[in-house]
Amino acid sequence: MNFPILSSLILLPIVGALFLFFTKDKEGNNLTAKYVALFTTVVNFLISIYLWISFDQSTSIFQFVEDRVWIEGFINYKVGVDGISILFIILTTFITPICIISVNNSVKNRLRDFLIAILIMESFMIGVFCALDLVVFYLFFEAGLIPMFLIIGIWGGARRVYSAFKFFLYTLLGSVLMLVAIISIYWITGTTDVVQLYEIGIDVKYQNLLWLAFFSSFAVKTPMWPVHTWLPDAHVEAPTAGSVLLAAILLKMAGYGFIRFSLGLFPIASEVFTPLIYTLSVIAIIFTSLIALMQEDMKKLIAYSSVAHMGFVTLGIFTLQQQGIEGSIIQMISHGLVSAALFLTVGVVYDRMHSRLISTYGGLVSVIPKYSILFMLFALASLGLPGTSGFIGEFLILMGAFKDNFLVAVIASIGVILGAAYILWLYKRVVFGKLINEDLKKIVDLNRSEYFILSCLAAPILFFGFYPDPLIKTIEVSVTDFINMHNTNIASK
Amino acid sequence: MELSIIFLPLIASIISGFFGRYIGDRNSEIVTSALVSISALLSIHVLYQVIVNQYEENIVIATWISSGSLEVNWSMLIDPLSAVMLVVVTSVSALVHIYSIGYMSHDPHKPRFMAYLSLFTFAMLMLVTSDNFIQLFFGWEGVGLCSYFLIGFWFKKESANAAAIKAFVVNRVGDFGFALGIFLIFYLFGTVNYSEVFQQIPTVVDKNLSFLGFEVKAIDLICLLLFIGAMGKSAQILLHTWLPDAMEGPTPVSALIHAATMVTAGVFLVVRCSPIYEYSPLTLNLITIVGMTTAFFAATVALVQTDIKKIIAYSTCSQLGYMFFAAGVGAYNVAMFHLFTHAFFKALLFLGSGSVIHAFKDEQNINNMGGVWKKLPYTYALMIIGTLALTGFPFLSGFYSKDAIIEFAYLKGNTTGYYAAGIGIITAFLTSIYSWRLIFKTFHGEYNNKEIKIEETHESPLVMLVPLFILSIGAVFAGFLFKGLFIGHGENLFWAESIKFLEPLSTEHPPLWFLLLTPCLVLVSIPIAYYLFVKNKELPNSIVSMNKPLYNFLVNKWYFDELYDVLFIKSSKKLGLFLWKFCDGTIIDGFGPDGISSFIKKCSIKATKFQSGFIYQYAFVMLLGFSALLTFLIIK
Repeated sequence: MNFPILSSLILLPIVGALFLFFTKDKEGNNLTAKYVALFTTVVNFLISIYLWISFDQSTSIFQFVEDRVWIEGFINYKVGVDGISILFIILTTFITPICIISVNNSVKNRLRDFLIAILIMESFMIGVFCALDLVVFYLFFEAGLIPMFLIIGIWGGARRVYSAFKFFLYTLLGSVLMLVAIISIYWITGTTDVVQLYEIGIDVKYQNLLWLAFFSSFAVKTPMWPVHTWLPDAHVEAPTAGSVLLAAILLKMAGYGFIRFSLGLFPIASEVFTPLIYTLSVIAIIFTSLIALMQEDMKKLIAYSSVAHMGFVTLGIFTLQQQGIEGSIIQMISHGLVSAALFLTVGVVYDRMHSRLISTYGGLVSVIPKYSILFMLFALASLGLPGTSGFIGEFLILMGAFKDNFLVAVIASIGVILGAAYILWLYKRVVFGKLINEDLKKIVDLNRSEYFILSCLAAPILFFGFYPDPLIKTIEVSVTDFINMHNTNIASK
Repeated sequence: MELSIIFLPLIASIISGFFGRYIGDRNSEIVTSALVSISALLSIHVLYQVIVNQYEENIVIATWISSGSLEVNWSMLIDPLSAVMLVVVTSVSALVHIYSIGYMSHDPHKPRFMAYLSLFTFAMLMLVTSDNFIQLFFGWEGVGLCSYFLIGFWFKKESANAAAIKAFVVNRVGDFGFALGIFLIFYLFGTVNYSEVFQQIPTVVDKNLSFLGFEVKAIDLICLLLFIGAMGKSAQILLHTWLPDAMEGPTPVSALIHAATMVTAGVFLVVRCSPIYEYSPLTLNLITIVGMTTAFFAATVALVQTDIKKIIAYSTCSQLGYMFFAAGVGAYNVAMFHLFTHAFFKALLFLGSGSVIHAFKDEQNINNMGGVWKKLPYTYALMIIGTLALTGFPFLSGFYSKDAIIEFAYLKGNTTGYYAAGIGIITAFLTSIYSWRLIFKTFHGEYNNKEIKIEETHESPLVMLVPLFILSIGAVFAGFLFKGLFIGHGENLFWAESIKFLEPLSTEHPPLWFLLLTPCLVLVSIPIAYYLFVKNKELPNSIVSMNKPLYNFLVNKWYFDELYDVLFIKSSKKLGLFLWKFCDGTIIDGFGPDGISSFIKKCSIKATKFQSGFIYQYAFVMLLGFSALLTFLIIK
């Protein structure tokens, strides 16, 4: 067996966290802790880039597989990546250092503990994206809740406890059913190894129930309408770095889960429930876009827009078209970058003015131009302007959806119009217009670290908008084979 | 060389946008104007090559998206159609760049303005030179974005911001149709490249699709969806509301984007897709009807507007209507011809009105002008040329193109064609009246401005007049010089494969009385307008007071804005609020997490009452339970 690169990706942040745990916490700006955390995550990012470079794009077989017995005859610690999962790992390792740099201004107390939470979170997220055993996946999937729960509950805003519990209850409720499903899969097939399950398949008569159990968990995490109401509350109360992690990575676990498990393990049930997914996705796109239009709180607006964007993702996945699934994956990566950037831009003005209300602002462009330009770019990426990564994902999804179902694609496309309306209206009210609020005149433009992290996010958004080939090439073979596998399963029913 | 036509404006934009602060205002202006001018000269060279050597080329720059069977390249297609557009776009753009140096001389954000203009030019070039629908869409949204930036350029003005968003969102409505059209094309043909799509068109002529329960011909549906996109961008009736509001932007922007180039993209799209549209008579008829309705509608509204730029904006809307109905009757080359000539005289009129606004220190109401023709002799003369060209005064450019449109509509020989020709003639008359109204109210009569003394009005600097002069040359001669090339009977030689005619256009001529009708009306309208707006000013007022409802209907632009406000804006806001407060708040949260948690809380409060700590209560409950169990067992 070669060097266990995936395990080191998973473990490295935990090592960093342990290291931090044994250092002494200082009041205020704990630079040592920050540097340790930053160093760990940057190294992790570099490892993941190495992983991407050495990844073989021409095959859909799982690579870098590690398989160790954990509980004899029951669970194996098995991890590996294919084209579908590798991009999510890179997204995770890319976003985490950005979060750590951003804590500068937003987290004032117990910085060390906050960083530990973020690092542990990173471990778990990476674990989710490379787990090839259902139990291992479940453990990482659920464990990820805990640091997030703490981040919201300890470092959050005024109603943090309510939001934290809402978040926890919602997500736990779904997950319990998934656990039951995983156990029953073990009883039905005698294994929880995903690769083996792909090969042997699961008996048709169980598929519908199992699918629903997984669905209940993923739908909450995505979040799909109508189980989305935890998300706006969680975002509003979470500190900026928490929102970024939540929007950029946590939500993607479900999308990934839909592809890997719902589609992969239960192909026939997936066909059965496609209309359900379509309906909920379209409702999510239209309803939450309309709701976003009316928000007075910037973070809430972006949270609702996330629900709409994730609606596109679930729609694309279940089209079972090459364009749809590839579009969904790209949309998830893109949304990871764009929503992270938008939450950070809101965070920038929140740190200065301590208000998230849109009405507090107006006319920012004349005092903080750099900020305004970057905000514009992210707003445009969010509305899916060609030339940004947002366009590629959305367009491919709709293209795939159109092949499968006209009506759904037509209704979902209306969401694109609404998407432009709410984000441009937000931008107009915050950045354009006359500067009325006197306090805003003293506001300072981006400092170096803010400028740096926002540029780091802007670069890939633009680059992949003009040249998405690196992304598409990575996922292409895996997605093609995945769809072929699905089609053979359906045919042999 | 071909690529530098596209990329010079982009480079100009980057230099001015990112380094404008370092190189200074003047240098930004010089760099952007120079680079775009070079691009214009190169374009003219390319067009020359195309005319003389039948030069055609399809350059692939890089892959953009390749997903499954979808292959999209960044590309540059040079054929007669795109070469004509290249010249129109770059030359008007170069002139507007130069003009802006003078017009924006008092503005503190010059580099930003120039950067937007150049960026717009780049996006527009991407649009016209694309060899596939998705790059076209890229340019399409790109020009929309630049238009959004430029309309809202004076970001402190509330109305400018609102107009910018309106323009973007209304265009998005059009783009929604356009995008669906692209999806449908990909669905049917598995490709989005023009050449491959156009080749396969004859194979799907008889194919039907069921759409929302209707059985529709696939071709009709494609054409219809693409046309919705074209309607949005070219401000055709129903989706036209953004264009007049877009006049909130600086005047050079109106000239470049909202007259000569971007708004003609819709016409370009229809002409580009002529190989598809030729197979869909249904949509062509629809285009004719929409085009002539727009032409008529906009002309009636222009009659009563008082803002100089809004009059010209409605005039643009109306002329775009002409182009569409030309395309609708199958005379794509005539539509392109009118697009070509219109670019010159409409840019001239806009820039001329900018010169007037400049002279009056940002006054735009024509009721507050008048009598200044001696003070602004050059502007006056150039505006007259523009007006003559627009109204189709004999032997100026508008005369050739507009009359050709009406003739071809007549020659079409069916009901729509006659109807369109009739409306076209009426609209030509209206056009003439409102154009001369503008001229007379602005330059003749008494001086009506109370804020600025007549001595203070001044002629514009040379840097603004020279572009006007060049445009006026185009406005005078473009029709005469290019008539043979664009719409002469050897047309198929020039347009080659870029425009497709299933049946060759009729080479006959309409009867002489018909040919003379429009020019005569145009000539007659000048004295009528002079009488109405200079000699006897009471007459228009009395007409207005006699027809108050009609006047209000026109002044309020047929009440489209009010209607949309109620139908779409207010109702989506209400719906959004309802969904948020009621669905999410009361129902989902109320019965979901909040409801469940409060329910559990209630239950547990009840349950705690059981744990009272009194032995006799526990004993009593046990006894009850025990006897219930016994009873159950006995009965069983």
